[in-house]
Amino acid sequence: MQTLLIIVGVAAGVAVVAYISALIAGLQRNTIEKTLGAQAHITLSPLDDMVLPARAPSSAATRELVQTQPRAQRPRSIGNWQLLVPLLEAMPQVAAVSPMVSAAGLAERGEASKSITLVGVDLERYDRIVGLRARVVQGAARLGPGEGILGRDLANDLGVRVGDRVGIVTGGVNDSLRVTALVDMGVRDVNRRTVIVPLRTAQSLVGLPGGATSLDLTLVDIWSAQVLADDLAMRWPYKVESWQKANAQLVSALNAQSVSTAVIRGVVMIVVVLGIASVLVVSVVQKRREIGILRAMGATQGQVLRIFLLQGGIVGALGSALGVLLAVVLIWAFTHFVRGSDGLPLFNITLAPVLALQVAAIATLCGVLAAVAPARRAAQLDPAQAIRL
Amino acid sequence: MSAQVHPTPPAGLLVLDGVRKSYNVGLPNEAEVLHSLSFSIGRGEFVALIGPSGSGKSTLLNIVGLLERMTAGSYRIEGEEMHGLDDAALTRRRRSSLGFVFQFHHLLPAFNALENVTLPALMREGRVTPAQRERARAVLAAVGLGAAMDKRPGELSGGMQQRVAIARALVLEPPLVLADEPTGNLDTASSNEVFALMRKMHAELNTSFLVVTHDPRLAARCDRVLELVDGQLVHDGPPASSGDPPQAAHAQRS
Repeated sequence: MQTLLIIVGVAAGVAVVAYISALIAGLQRNTIEKTLGAQAHITLSPLDDMVLPARAPSSAATRELVQTQPRAQRPRSIGNWQLLVPLLEAMPQVAAVSPMVSAAGLAERGEASKSITLVGVDLERYDRIVGLRARVVQGAARLGPGEGILGRDLANDLGVRVGDRVGIVTGGVNDSLRVTALVDMGVRDVNRRTVIVPLRTAQSLVGLPGGATSLDLTLVDIWSAQVLADDLAMRWPYKVESWQKANAQLVSALNAQSVSTAVIRGVVMIVVVLGIASVLVVSVVQKRREIGILRAMGATQGQVLRIFLLQGGIVGALGSALGVLLAVVLIWAFTHFVRGSDGLPLFNITLAPVLALQVAAIATLCGVLAAVAPARRAAQLDPAQAIRL
Repeated sequence: MSAQVHPTPPAGLLVLDGVRKSYNVGLPNEAEVLHSLSFSIGRGEFVALIGPSGSGKSTLLNIVGLLERMTAGSYRIEGEEMHGLDDAALTRRRRSSLGFVFQFHHLLPAFNALENVTLPALMREGRVTPAQRERARAVLAAVGLGAAMDKRPGELSGGMQQRVAIARALVLEPPLVLADEPTGNLDTASSNEVFALMRKMHAELNTSFLVVTHDPRLAARCDRVLELVDGQLVHDGPPASSGDPPQAAHAQRS
């Protein structure tokens, strides 16, 4: 009876751990996908323009009174970016490199005029960074000369459809594009500002012939971004920014989440261990006589020890099996009943088999660990006293 | 110091020499409950151990059964000294040489009669071979429980439970069976029946028995009686004739 209760208890603990782990993993994956989907993992750009005060000869008698005003940042090209691209591509951590010219501007159609972020890219390369083709919601991604791709909400605001023309103004230069596709970058604000044009078009609009204002990098492992960014910044005189730095708040939020998940898991595991241990302690006391008889009939201390370790392991294993089932039910309930305002699931969570196995293995191990102290006690019972009581 | 009627034979199944047992050794309340006991039991003997409550019978039986350790003295089973052996060695010796019958049957309630009887084999070998299972069936049949092998202890009468316990003690054919008040919990009829069974198995298997009992009528049916009073052996010899308490016999002799 008490064994049954503790198995259910272990199951509840395992279910909570598995469910929380799956939920947080799903949440984080979803958040990172949404955030990084439209972002490069590392962005490389020229160093900021700075005023360098003239150096005066230092002596005790002279004092420097220099006031500097920060300089306005004009669009500048990365020096020698054509040589840099193959160098970066050769790095094993780097999955893709895309040169980009970006600038602020206005999109105009009739009376309407919207501020935009103009992005000049090579379609093939840019696709590898943000998966542009997969984000097309209307039309077909194509960037010939005089063609452009618009964010979905921008097209809505301007009232344009695929095939229409849109005027672009940047710093006094005018051009017009034919819209070939509408894209959804995942964030409404981005969708409202994005205009993607061929690299050459942007170069002429911004006034940087042959230039690139930044290089976008996609990495094989997103979590290596910070390390690689620091490394690149040391090696070359460029401004290198990792996605972690660009989204520092998000990263710290994710970290806080991971830490709290770990704490919850740890506490639940401790509760499970204590529960199993207390049940086994009671069981050792209740079964003193049987233990004594087994010892009288020739059971070694090791055999008695193993019986109780096995009991702990079995409780842990049965509890985890039940708990994983329970977690699957919880996750099913979450994906079916918790929905966003649009009626679709908020995000998809699944219990990875590896995670389920890990949790189950840890719980079983906890069961065996919990049994160590009671089992030792059982093994060391004095058989004569155990029988008499 | 104790009144030893027969001198200790040099050889025997088990030989105790100067065995002492104290509790709370080193503490102010140290108490010696067995005072330098010496006796031996040979193969095939059927010995009763009697004495008033608190005389140390159970302690002596536990020491003989290797469930408790003596404080001083020498105890040899088949020539091997037991004093000072570690737990593993004592366990091995229990497996090979000893069977136990307790006052309460002490069967495991979750197992049926046959499984209880195969337990010693399971403990010794780690598994039960078909041959051992056959052997257990044969012993159960010999104690008259051929029809109740798949019954659990709760479904058996007190006498039947005790017969299962005897079968369990005998299944591995140990040279010595120790019985602690095997009939203490039974009515007279069952008591006689269980005692008769022990005598029958003794006759069939030539197993030595050491039986602790309160019942002078049962003691009278044993081949030899050891009487313990206050931790001293006061009588060792054939049972007095019925109606004549062992104490009286001892008084006459000394």
